[in-house]
Amino acid sequence: MTYSNKVLDHYENPRNAGSFSQDEEGVATGMVGAPACGDVMKLQIKVGKNGVIEDARFKTYGCGSAIASSSLVTEWVKGKTLDEALTIKNAQIAEELALPPVKIHCSVLAEDAIRAAVDDYRKKHGEK
Amino acid sequence: MLKLPIYLDYSATTPVDPAVAQAMIPWLTEHFGNPASRSHAFGWEAEAAVEKAREQVAALVGADPREIIWTSGATESDNLAIKGAAHFHQEKGRHLITVKTEHKAVLDTVRELEREGFEATYLDVQKNGLINLDVFRAALRPDTTVVSVMLANNEIGVIQPIEEIGAICREKGIVFHVDAAQATGKVDINLAKLPVDLMSFSAHKTYGPKGIGALYVRRKPRARIEAQIHGGGHERGLRSGTLPTHQIVGMGEAFRLARETMADELPRIRALRDHLLAGISSIDAITVNGDMAHRIPHNLNVSFAYVEGESLMMAIKDIAVSSGSACTSASLEPSYVLRALGLDDELAHSSIRFTLGRFTTLDEVNHAVDVLRRGVGKLRDLSPLWEMAQAGIDLNTVQWAAH
Repeated sequence: MTYSNKVLDHYENPRNAGSFSQDEEGVATGMVGAPACGDVMKLQIKVGKNGVIEDARFKTYGCGSAIASSSLVTEWVKGKTLDEALTIKNAQIAEELALPPVKIHCSVLAEDAIRAAVDDYRKKHGEK
Repeated sequence: MLKLPIYLDYSATTPVDPAVAQAMIPWLTEHFGNPASRSHAFGWEAEAAVEKAREQVAALVGADPREIIWTSGATESDNLAIKGAAHFHQEKGRHLITVKTEHKAVLDTVRELEREGFEATYLDVQKNGLINLDVFRAALRPDTTVVSVMLANNEIGVIQPIEEIGAICREKGIVFHVDAAQATGKVDINLAKLPVDLMSFSAHKTYGPKGIGALYVRRKPRARIEAQIHGGGHERGLRSGTLPTHQIVGMGEAFRLARETMADELPRIRALRDHLLAGISSIDAITVNGDMAHRIPHNLNVSFAYVEGESLMMAIKDIAVSSGSACTSASLEPSYVLRALGLDDELAHSSIRFTLGRFTTLDEVNHAVDVLRRGVGKLRDLSPLWEMAQAGIDLNTVQWAAH
């Protein structure tokens, strides 16, 4: 498997790796994937009072492309409202990281992780 | 100064020992004769070299030189032995027994015979990779003609109870074939005593060149096989084709060296392997695959839980090893050998085979330990599974979002 330089960069220097405490104000968590499928992504967002995502964290069990996809979305969701974050599509992630066809599912999973985190936030805060 | 990447994949292949390469060269340039040429000195000297090599190979395994047939490698030897014996005895019976953890050269050969109408039993192994003799006995049928069991496993290095299996086969008049490609120079083999009828060898796993191997065919009691390659009637009609003198000389020299150096080399390699295991034992949640007592000293196969196989290979790219994962091999399935031990797919994918050899140094092993500690540590810091496991969550109880 040969990786693009961008994948390698995210793999070597993951952005925003780690976890927020679940109890922290404004934190929501999305966990997608399954160990048996070879990838599990956990994406956390921290939403400010103004509804803007102030910060994000990820942890990923998966191949280099899965790690890079989740690292990338933590950068992309920052500064966006929840609705704006939901406009991030897997095709953009795949294009940015130059993912080969067999690794497209990693970008799909990253998009799913954003949706799961946003859903979690809305559920916690009684939004629809 | 360490040269990177560090080669810890000696079970894939070994470098040709410099002494072996030296011995081979004259047989390519100066002494190029065809060993089958009976009418001049070019042929005679080549034939003498081939016969000397035959003695050297026979000496390592306690055989008579007349029991050694040259082939292109262990894959061909396995094909010749299993197809040759199954075809020869097909009037007597058409049932074969082998093991799920055998090399593909054996498994695919047996599969091919199944397509021809033979029946086959593929034995399960125990969790430690070894055959249970009771399971083996229960699989025997009146029409069983050939049993094939490897001596040392290529992935997990375990040594099967060949002597016991052979004794049972001998008692029942069943042909017993053993793939010993991963065993020469690593285990004492004495065919004068072992109840084995056919045994496959390879040169390139024992510091010889690729493209040459041998099949041992017992004389007393005589093992009968049918040739698979026909032509000039070389090798007593069992394997036609002009003999590659330089390759044969290389295999002979490699096996001579193995015989001479084994006593010193095995304890040294075992100490390095144990040092490697001790070094990575400080990493949490690892499992060693395969029995440690019945095992060649060169092999260590370890699973690293909570890290994914492909990223693990990325993290340890400074060491050349084999993985139980699909991503580094042509197939999409995780290792069938590890799965036969009962490992689930995830653990099989995050497994690594380390195989050490003649030129492995302590510095290399120490560096490999560092690389592994750092790599596994980094990936676990990134792993949500590790985080959950540390928090005491049983991952089997988690409802995963399917995708």
